[in-house]
Parts: sequence; C-alpha cells; structure tokens
Amino acid sequence: MDEEYDVIVLGTGLTECILSGLLSVEGKKVLHMDRNDYYGGDSASLNLTQLYRKFRPDQEVPTELGRDRDYAVDLVPKFIIASGELTKILVHTDVTRYLEFKQIAGSFVYRDGRISKVPSTEMEAVKSPLMGLFEKRRAKKFFEFLQGWKDDDPATHQGLDLDKDSMRTVYEKFGLEPGTQDFIGHAMALYLDDDYITKPARPTYDRIILYTSSMARYGKSPYIYPLYGLGELPQSFARLSAIYGGTYMLDKQIEQIVTDSDGRFVGVTSAGETVKAKQVIGDPSYFGAGSTAEGGKVRVVEDGKVVRAICILKHPIPNTDDSDSLQIIIPQNQVNRRNDIYIAMVSSTHNVCAKDVYVAIVSTIVETNNPHLEIVPGLNLLGPIHEQFLTVTPLYAPTDSGASDNIFITRSYDATSHFETVVEDVQDVWKRVVGSDLVLKKREVEVQE
Amino acid sequence: MSQPKQFQFKLVLLGESAVGKSSLVLRFVKDQFDDYRESTIGAAFLTQTVTLDDQTTVKFEIWDTAGQERYKSLAPMYYRNANCAVVLYDITSSATLEKARTWIRELQRQADPSIVIALCGNKSDLAARRQVTEEEAKKYAEEEGLMWAETSAKSGEGVSEIFTAIAKKLPLTAPPPSARAGAGRAAGGRGVDLNKQAASQPGQDGCNC
Repeated sequence: MDEEYDVIVLGTGLTECILSGLLSVEGKKVLHMDRNDYYGGDSASLNLTQLYRKFRPDQEVPTELGRDRDYAVDLVPKFIIASGELTKILVHTDVTRYLEFKQIAGSFVYRDGRISKVPSTEMEAVKSPLMGLFEKRRAKKFFEFLQGWKDDDPATHQGLDLDKDSMRTVYEKFGLEPGTQDFIGHAMALYLDDDYITKPARPTYDRIILYTSSMARYGKSPYIYPLYGLGELPQSFARLSAIYGGTYMLDKQIEQIVTDSDGRFVGVTSAGETVKAKQVIGDPSYFGAGSTAEGGKVRVVEDGKVVRAICILKHPIPNTDDSDSLQIIIPQNQVNRRNDIYIAMVSSTHNVCAKDVYVAIVSTIVETNNPHLEIVPGLNLLGPIHEQFLTVTPLYAPTDSGASDNIFITRSYDATSHFETVVEDVQDVWKRVVGSDLVLKKREVEVQE
Repeated sequence: MSQPKQFQFKLVLLGESAVGKSSLVLRFVKDQFDDYRESTIGAAFLTQTVTLDDQTTVKFEIWDTAGQERYKSLAPMYYRNANCAVVLYDITSSATLEKARTWIRELQRQADPSIVIALCGNKSDLAARRQVTEEEAKKYAEEEGLMWAETSAKSGEGVSEIFTAIAKKLPLTAPPPSARAGAGRAAGGRGVDLNKQAASQPGQDGCNC
C-alpha cells in the first residue's frame, strides 16, 4: 500500500465506475475502493440476503421468495434511454461485451384515474384514448414541426425561435390542450415538474427528440435494461478499469481523507494506513454526507430528498396487458403535486428475480413531512404488495469544484427515470479532474482470436 | 449427415496472484511464454477453439481476473454464466493450494451448480521445489468432484490436454449455449444489440467489431 496513485476513487457507484474506467483507459494509475463488500454503492442491485441485511437486519430472509441468487434488486429505479449518452459510453468503451440488454416492454402514463400506454407506433397513436380526434390532428402537426425543424432553415421554424420562445408559446401555437401538454412534457420530455413551460423551448425540443428517436430504435418503449440488473453497469466499468491496470479493494472502511495544511488532498486512510494520490474522486457518502459536521470543511450539501418504495409483487401490474416490464408516469397535475410520481417495474424476464415475481419501485421527490403518503397514488396502481422496502434518500451535491483541493465529489442519483444526468455528472467531474472535455475515443479491438 | 457444430463456453480463471493464470492462457491461446510477464493489462478476454472431432469444435471465451481477485474484489459478473473454471495453484507453494480451496468454495457458492471445475497444479517444470504432492491435490479433487491435472505454462506440458479434457466434459447435447456467450452479439429473443444499432446511427462512428 505504499505505492502512490494518480487518482483514488471512493465508492463503486455507476458514476465512479465510469470515471474509474475512463481514467484507467487514459493511462492514469487508479486505486478504487468501496466500504461495502459489493459493487455498485447506491446504484447496486442486491440479492435477497443483501437486501434484507440492508433494510431488515433483524429479519430472516423469507424462503418463499425463491433462491437468493436469482435476485438482483435495484436500489435506484432507472432505465437506459436507448439513444442517450450512456448508450454512447457503453458502446465506445466496449463494455457491451460484458452485458446483455433487453427492452422495457412498455411506457405508460396515468390520466384521469386510469393508465394508458404511451403510443410507440402511429397505429397505437391513432387508437390511443389519450387524445380526442381533433387534438390528435393538432398533436400530429406539433410533432411534424419538431421532426422537421432544421436550425439553418427558417422555413421549418414556422415563426418560432426555440432559443427565445418559451415552451408555452410553442404549445399555444399548435393549440394543444393542457392534458396533451402534460403528456408531452412529462411522459415524453420526462420533466419531473412544470418549470420547463416558461423557459425557452430548446431543451424540451431536445428531450422530445431524444425520446422519439429512442422509441424508434427498438419499438415498444424508449428504454433498455441490462439483464441481471442495473448493478451490472458499475461492475462492467470496474472490469474495464481493472483491465487497464486499476486496483480494486472492496470492503474497506475509509477512516480519513487526509489533507495538508492548505486543505489540499494528500491521501486516504483505511485500516490505519494512508495511501497517497494526486487526486481523489468519490461519492458524497465518503465526504461527510449524512453525518454531522465535526468542525471540518462542509464538502456536500443536501439538495432535496427522494422517497423510493421497492415493492415485491406476485403478479404483473393491473391494466398493463401483463407487461413484464414498464414505466408508469403519474404527472404531478393529475395528483395535485409539484413533482411526478414514477413507477419502474422489471421481472424475471430481466433475470432480476424469481419466476412470477415482479419488482416495482415507486418514487418521487419529497414535498412534505410524510413522504410515505406521497407515493400512495403510485402504490395504489400496483395491486396487492407482497413486500415493501421504503427509503427516503437525501440527494447531495458538492459545494466545491475541487480545483483548489483536488477533491472531486460526484452527485447522488436523482429522481429522473434514466441515466442522462449521471452521464452529465461524469462529464462534469471528468472536466474538473482532467481539465478538458471528455472525448470518447474508439479503443483498440481486444478480442484476440 | 449432421452439420458440424461449434459450441461456445465461458471459462473463468481463478487462483492466487502469480500462480500463472495469465501465462497458462497465453500458452493455450498463443503457445507463448514470457518469464517476466507483468500482471494482466488490456485484455477483456481471449478466445481459443478446441477441435474434438471433425463434427465438433468448442470455443472457449476465457476471462482473466484482471487482478480483481487480489483484494477479494471479483464482481458477481465474473462468475455469471461461467460454464467452466480453471482454478490454479502453484505446486511449489502449499499456500496457493489452500487459496485454491477457497476459490473453489466461492465457485460452489456463486457460480451455476452445473459448472465444470478443473483444479490445476501449475509450474510442474519446477518439480524440484515441489511442496504440493500429486496425491494430496488429486485426493482433494476427487473428494470435491473436480477435474485435476498438473501443467507447466513454461514448457507447455499438460496445457492443451486440460482444456481438451474440459471441452469433452462440457454438455454438448444442449443447444449451443448462447445463454450469455458474447453478450450483445448473440442476443436472442427480445435482446438488443447496442453496437449494431449505434453503427446504424448517422453521425456516429459506431463500433462493429
């Protein structure tokens, strides 16, 4: 342990593992540690033993749920949006060779007390009960406008300026009803609240295009999912890092982040030994998140909370055509909230649980002092719930860029339904650590025949 | 006449650091040996094909630990869908056989119950410094129902033989196990291939390896 490293990475969540992998490929000498004896940190997938150890330490694992090893229960409900940035990183780093993906079977939206499928084809759109006939025509014009938009061709702009006009202006131009706006903003642009409506339309345009191009890629839904659970993602990037020389140590308690008299990073103390490195990257839990400040520097601040209920079901979710996997979005307006409620469900089709078991996670951003009540509209859609594990997780963000002390802290996993903000964090931390933008380069082909 | 069949299997290597895991694979795959080989860097996995008869070939997709075994930090992904495992010890070090026993217990716990495990005493060229007798290792292997052999990655002795023996022991009756083999490439059912899709996207230099 008396070697010196370029970078020490603390925590094996997806963000840290992607960074570790990319840094090792870049030739940096990386030491990657985690306090847990499993990979994934807050983005892990747990087997039953690990799940009960985490949430019900005093309870035996019930045998009727089946074999321990058949389970990989995600802690964070997210899917991979097919045409998104994470897909690009997976492909460019070739970690796809360790992974196998399947589609998420359907995307649903809650409206007026019932669940409807988000149309994935023109046929479905025509039949969808989400809009009346005339509204469908207006919506068609709206989508044709978006698909036809070319920045350098004013003829396609129909008098609108995506960078100046608000999304409200765009909706009004096409005469879209509030219910349709809800559907587009929440079920397609995947906004969690309505703040986007008064802002310039460009980001919403980008998000709708991302959604529709992802939908077009495999059909059915815009999402894909790795077999054996999301925890496979950090593991595959950890392997990439190890293959390029990264050193891995799990089950290591981090006792201290050592700094010099100017507050600059020196090393990390574990089991009484200090390992030195030029820089440290880590998730907020290694930098004081959740613990009371002991007079030291406050490195992370809480930026809201997310409530998540992991629900084990013995049946598919009612009114979803027995889909083996799905997302249901309950737009905030439908249930008088500020933030949407999400349901993400996977099953044995994705090798994450025993046969005839379904794992649904209901989540939302906490708005009150009774977060468990806030998710009730979601829980009510599930039918009988066999077992439920509830968490209220604070979201942390770093207070400092790390430029002055070489301490680079990642963000907690937010309430969005996909990994785009995770990749944004990777890009942000990369720029702070390396000093230049993350550019994905094609690696050498390594499978040697 | 039946069609020639190629079966593909995932093989994982386990064993204490420096028992010669990478050297054994290098000998098997490239028939090379390097006395001062550094710890494994840069290879996701290697492949090698064994011909059993003119109708049947077995292609091994061989995963190395990439050093993640050193601090007991191998991921479940490593064991996942492994059809066979070679667990190495160094015949000149009793401690490495002890370690091999630990890895075998780990495999029995983590891997598929049908996994074929071969225990290999490597460095048989250093028999003069032998600490582990053939009898001792063989007896243990028999008790645990493992295949057993001694090998020398340096001289090549016993290397191709053990891989061929494993190939013969694998179930060649089942449909070719595309269960995982080459994830993303052979995805059946509703599996999706990111590489293929990415390559067809305009404006991206996709990988179609």
